[in-house]
Amino acid sequence: MSGAGGNAPGSEQAAYTGRLTRRSFLRGGLGAAGGLAALAASLNPLRELDTSELTVEKFLQKHYKEMTADEMEGVLARIRTEVEQRYAVRPELRDIKAMDGVEFAYALHLGRCIGCRRCVHACVAENNQSRSPEIQYIRVLEMPRGSVDIERGNHHYDRPTVPDAGHYYMPIQCHQCANPPCVKVCPVEATWQEPDGITVIDYDWCIGCRYCEAACPYWARRFNFTSPQIPNEQLNPNMSYLSNRPRRQGVMEKCHFCLHRTREGRMPACLEVCPVGARKFGNLLDPDSEVAQILRTKHVFVLKQDVGTLPRFFYYFDEDYPRSHAGISLPVLQPHDVGGTR
Amino acid sequence: MKAYLRFVWRCVRLSFVGGWPYYLWMSVLSIFVLLGINAYCKQLVYGLITTGMSDQVSWGLYIANFTFLVGMAAAAVMLVIPVYIYRNRELHDLVIFGELLAVAAIVMCQFFVLVDLGRPDRFMHIFWRFNFPISMLTWDVVALGGYLLLNLHICGYLIYCAYRRRHPSPIFYVPFVFIAIAWAISIHTVTAFLLVGLGARPFWNSAIIAPRFLASAFAAGPAFIILTLQVIRHMTDHVVTDAALKMLKNIVTVALTVNMFLLGCELFTEFYAESAHMVSTRYLFTGLHGRNALVPWIWTAMSLNVIALTILLLPLSRSLRYLNVACVFLIVGIWIEKGMGLIVPGFIPSPLGEIVEYSPTANEILVCVGIWALGLLLYTIFVRITIPVLSGKLTHDRLYLPYEREDAHAIVGAS
Repeated sequence: MSGAGGNAPGSEQAAYTGRLTRRSFLRGGLGAAGGLAALAASLNPLRELDTSELTVEKFLQKHYKEMTADEMEGVLARIRTEVEQRYAVRPELRDIKAMDGVEFAYALHLGRCIGCRRCVHACVAENNQSRSPEIQYIRVLEMPRGSVDIERGNHHYDRPTVPDAGHYYMPIQCHQCANPPCVKVCPVEATWQEPDGITVIDYDWCIGCRYCEAACPYWARRFNFTSPQIPNEQLNPNMSYLSNRPRRQGVMEKCHFCLHRTREGRMPACLEVCPVGARKFGNLLDPDSEVAQILRTKHVFVLKQDVGTLPRFFYYFDEDYPRSHAGISLPVLQPHDVGGTR
Repeated sequence: MKAYLRFVWRCVRLSFVGGWPYYLWMSVLSIFVLLGINAYCKQLVYGLITTGMSDQVSWGLYIANFTFLVGMAAAAVMLVIPVYIYRNRELHDLVIFGELLAVAAIVMCQFFVLVDLGRPDRFMHIFWRFNFPISMLTWDVVALGGYLLLNLHICGYLIYCAYRRRHPSPIFYVPFVFIAIAWAISIHTVTAFLLVGLGARPFWNSAIIAPRFLASAFAAGPAFIILTLQVIRHMTDHVVTDAALKMLKNIVTVALTVNMFLLGCELFTEFYAESAHMVSTRYLFTGLHGRNALVPWIWTAMSLNVIALTILLLPLSRSLRYLNVACVFLIVGIWIEKGMGLIVPGFIPSPLGEIVEYSPTANEILVCVGIWALGLLLYTIFVRITIPVLSGKLTHDRLYLPYEREDAHAIVGAS
């Protein structure tokens, strides 16, 4: 081994034979030390990592459906403590199960909605959505009269007062589909449909791949792109595991029909706040419920029926026929009745 | 076992040894890897808000690169099929470079999926509740994992046999080669189905996406291998014949032609029918309501692909220099076509008709560059080890060192 550039063949031999020379050892040592230092420097941002999410307990926490009642109690107790530490509010956190014989549905009266967005903000307050960055489950579209093409809707209308004469308003939120594409695509079963028809998310199981967000035809799902911020005094302490408990960075969330309210016989927050009574909610399986009656008697349609998702969120227009039609009863003409009046 | 560990140790040592171009190349790649790690650490701390993604455009550069690299991995079959089915002699000694590229590409794919996750700490959940066979993402996990194992086995077995100076026993690898051929087709098909199966996204909801994916992969993959072989030819004494490169060139030309044809079919269907299905396509090619962030991207891709195809079809490309140019153009063209041209416009406009544009952030780009650098680093090491082993320079008992023969004998004699 001699001369400039002679290192390579020499060390190559050493490499082939697997032998260490003093020279290669020194050089290797220096290289390794330099490399480790550079690696340590590149890892520097990790010093600000929120390590409270990286506990053995959380790592071993089971999927919602696999937890026993005792295990769930333990998890709920832990979350209560965490929420209290973080927001200085002791939450009423429970795991509220679906009731038997109930299938929830929502009906929205397009003729009544005035687009005031009170539902949007009541939802944010009720369900502890992040205020910064802002996450909202309901999007209200201002639609030109004469069209149901949502591509023509205005998402960002900003008027001193509503409604505007030339428009009607269409609020859109999770449609709680009977055939939900979001549930189908989730690789880890972190989202599923409950017996009462509500599609929920286990925020402690979601891996944040956002496949469900790509699969939803109603743009109903939201992702926590960063750590959600809620002022302490705005936290709603009445919460449940599958609905409005505070979420963490990196997981999905969505409308759950306020299940912590509706499973106990109350109405969703968006319905309660509506000033014009455009929102109706109830049990589809109960023929006397308001939604069941609306589905029987009104002109009802669902959004994007062609994608086959079978929504439980219905839009409707007025009574089945205008009152001026009362008493009208004409014989119908047959398609091939050549003798009839054309 | 001891012999195998010694083999691994020798490989590790060998990967740290080379001439100055090798050191320079590896140092540059390492720096980019470190920059990528640094950027990813920031993303871990602050969340995916460090990327350009939003609730409207919820997948971006990460999934785009993932899609492209699945294609690169699948393209290894374009060397395997000529060799194992048509007994092509020219490519016989080169096929392993295709398989090694597949290994490096799959590793990159898996990193691109990992960095796209909001909660990488929960990655293990995929093993506790695996939504198979309903979720196409689980199919992709199976397909990519299986393909990685198949190629690791085939390459590892052949290289170790050469090292032990044993004749590889066909029963231990030929069946796997044939499984890998079918598997390669499946990885890119499954990746296409991931997108195609979404009724919510009319832009992707088209049966032609999977064939388009395969055609573009079979153009970009072999093009990348042509460039690699050119480097190997210039930097090492491994024999790469002109005939082998011509063979690959023909594969690239046919695949690129088919790809352009399929793209034309898609564009005709979209633009002639003018249905609601085509809003995203129109946004991509012409912009929509004055929003046109993707228009320069797609027209760049189209131009690069057309120029590459023209060069390949002309006698010009018999000159290897022009062949290299065509390969670079079409790799970049297809990378754009599959990334900014296929993943991103699927999200614009949103399902509610809102137009929110996407452009990657610097941090996001650094993470991508880091993963690419890591993949190239791995591939360089693979090639670095494979060449001396296959040429018999590095075996368990013998050394052939053309430049320092006496020293080599001395070392072998001494040990």
